[in-house]
Amino acid sequence: MTDISDRQQLNYIAAQAADARLNLELETEGMTLNIGPQHPATHGTLRIVAKLDGEQVIAADPVMGYMHRGYEKLTEVRTYPQVTTLINRIDWLGSFANEVPFILAAEQLMEVEAPPRAQWIRTILFEMSRIANVVLFLGDMAVQVGAVTPVFFAFRDREHILNQIEAATGGRFHPNFDRIGGLKDDLPAGWVAETKQVMKKMRGFCDEIETLVMGNEIFQTRTRGIGVIPADIGLQYGLSGANIRGSGVDWDVRRDNPNGLVYDQVDWKVWTHPDGDSFSRFWVRLQEVREATKIVDQLLDTIPAGPIMAKVPRIIKVPAGEAYVETENPLGVMGYYVISKGDLVPYRVKIRSASFNNMSITPWLLKGVYVPDIVTILGSLYFILGDIDR
Amino acid sequence: MSSTDTPTEETDAEETDATATDTGREAMLEQLTGELGDSLVGSHLEPGIDLTVRVAADAWADTAAFLKTGMGFAYFNFVSAIDWLPSPFGRDMDSQVDISLEGSEPKETEEMTWGLAGGETRFQVFARVNDIVNHRAVTIKADVPEDSLTVPSWVGVYAGANWHEREAWEMFGISFEGHPGLRHIYLPGEFEGNPMRKDFPLLARRVKPWPGIVDVEAMPGDDDEADADGEDAS
Repeated sequence: MTDISDRQQLNYIAAQAADARLNLELETEGMTLNIGPQHPATHGTLRIVAKLDGEQVIAADPVMGYMHRGYEKLTEVRTYPQVTTLINRIDWLGSFANEVPFILAAEQLMEVEAPPRAQWIRTILFEMSRIANVVLFLGDMAVQVGAVTPVFFAFRDREHILNQIEAATGGRFHPNFDRIGGLKDDLPAGWVAETKQVMKKMRGFCDEIETLVMGNEIFQTRTRGIGVIPADIGLQYGLSGANIRGSGVDWDVRRDNPNGLVYDQVDWKVWTHPDGDSFSRFWVRLQEVREATKIVDQLLDTIPAGPIMAKVPRIIKVPAGEAYVETENPLGVMGYYVISKGDLVPYRVKIRSASFNNMSITPWLLKGVYVPDIVTILGSLYFILGDIDR
Repeated sequence: MSSTDTPTEETDAEETDATATDTGREAMLEQLTGELGDSLVGSHLEPGIDLTVRVAADAWADTAAFLKTGMGFAYFNFVSAIDWLPSPFGRDMDSQVDISLEGSEPKETEEMTWGLAGGETRFQVFARVNDIVNHRAVTIKADVPEDSLTVPSWVGVYAGANWHEREAWEMFGISFEGHPGLRHIYLPGEFEGNPMRKDFPLLARRVKPWPGIVDVEAMPGDDDEADADGEDAS
């Protein structure tokens, strides 16, 4: 793996030497390029200060905090059921998935287990929020290389998923559906059959994107071999989700530590790609959407009957203790380290969000790339600003 | 560390069922104890769930290095900090649900208590690393010395600790020795204070209490005190 990074470095040194000769003749000097915070290619209010040498980036420094809401502080003055409302807004494209690890951590402290039906529905909605989230990435990635059409397909087909989430939970974007010990409500009548239809549509969307985008020559030249992350570097920076699986690391929390979700009940596969470049991250995410539709389909077939809430007290007091639960969210591993002192409110909640770690590699990754590639690399890392700034 | 906290696992009162033995995590703890010796000042093993160890502050970075190279914990998860000081703002920092249940009288200042694996100082840094091959993970804690508020940086071991330590520095005011550049990550450069400390007031909550169960707007005139607070705060 290390030879890839060496190659990147050698390329950079060679290019720099060539530029240095040119600079000597033309007397040019480095410049600073400010990308964002309101640049259309930056997925929110992220600002990147890039020092350039010609067309190449010498140093890139992401500046965050334009959307910092201080959720870790706010959780300290909210009761446990109120916290889910807040944390819904961390990764706003896959909101339901944000609630689950926190609820699981609280359940672990309270030694409560949700009944099987609730676990099934949780897993189904979890995967559906993954589809809703990643589908947008698939369309958006094409925009980064200049193709506008796929993003409209993505918005069109994501709507089917959002409709189903809304039908079940009442909220399109922020369901706030998870409760300690189970779920707020049962599924509405006819939902299972409708969702199956939607899953079929989503598989069609994946095929559409595959034929439309992946074979495209421009897309390939803009993403293949660009933004290569060797596996050992990715692990050091704590990358997760498709970003680390795109570097050939076979690790998925869903399979390896499903705690509380029922991924061990279904037949599915973790996809990896050995290349570690922008293309491989795109490819892995596309496969993940396909797998997610299969998971949802199987779970819909086997969903057990029974209650959706375990017996929990009306006023929830979580016993003193500490629990860390992480799940494989659409953007990567998300975990909550909940410290309770036996109160109605958590004493401290450390939110380990996926995008924060995923973005922390950018100063390393953007070194030596060309300016147009910044956009595709950032696109392929796929972050949500709320997930970085929290 | 010459405390009474010996490097043995604290067996919890509720040893429930057959999961009470956890050979994998016990082996991990044994290996860490063997390597760190006296630097490992406390541990807590929750069978089948998690392992937490507490190390001396000066062994903070060495522990990371050993975990990474000696035990295969190649995956860096996070670094953060905890402030164990009971909030001096008492109950009105809490939800109004609390007040309606337990009365709004000011409570006695509580004693400082610590979580898993114990503690001795107000601030603790804690971190988590994973072994993605064998699907193991461990939480590491360290007491931050009260006088210097400094612990060794992890950046040399796990490059990804950079941003996490900047965040902990900004939010808790803990310095990391050997960090390449501790500067603000979220807050504007001229921001004063460390917001995640327990004695940093959440102004929004001071000015206007969270409505909680009953959402009642105070009428003008009957909350002079709240108004005065608001002016003080601004």
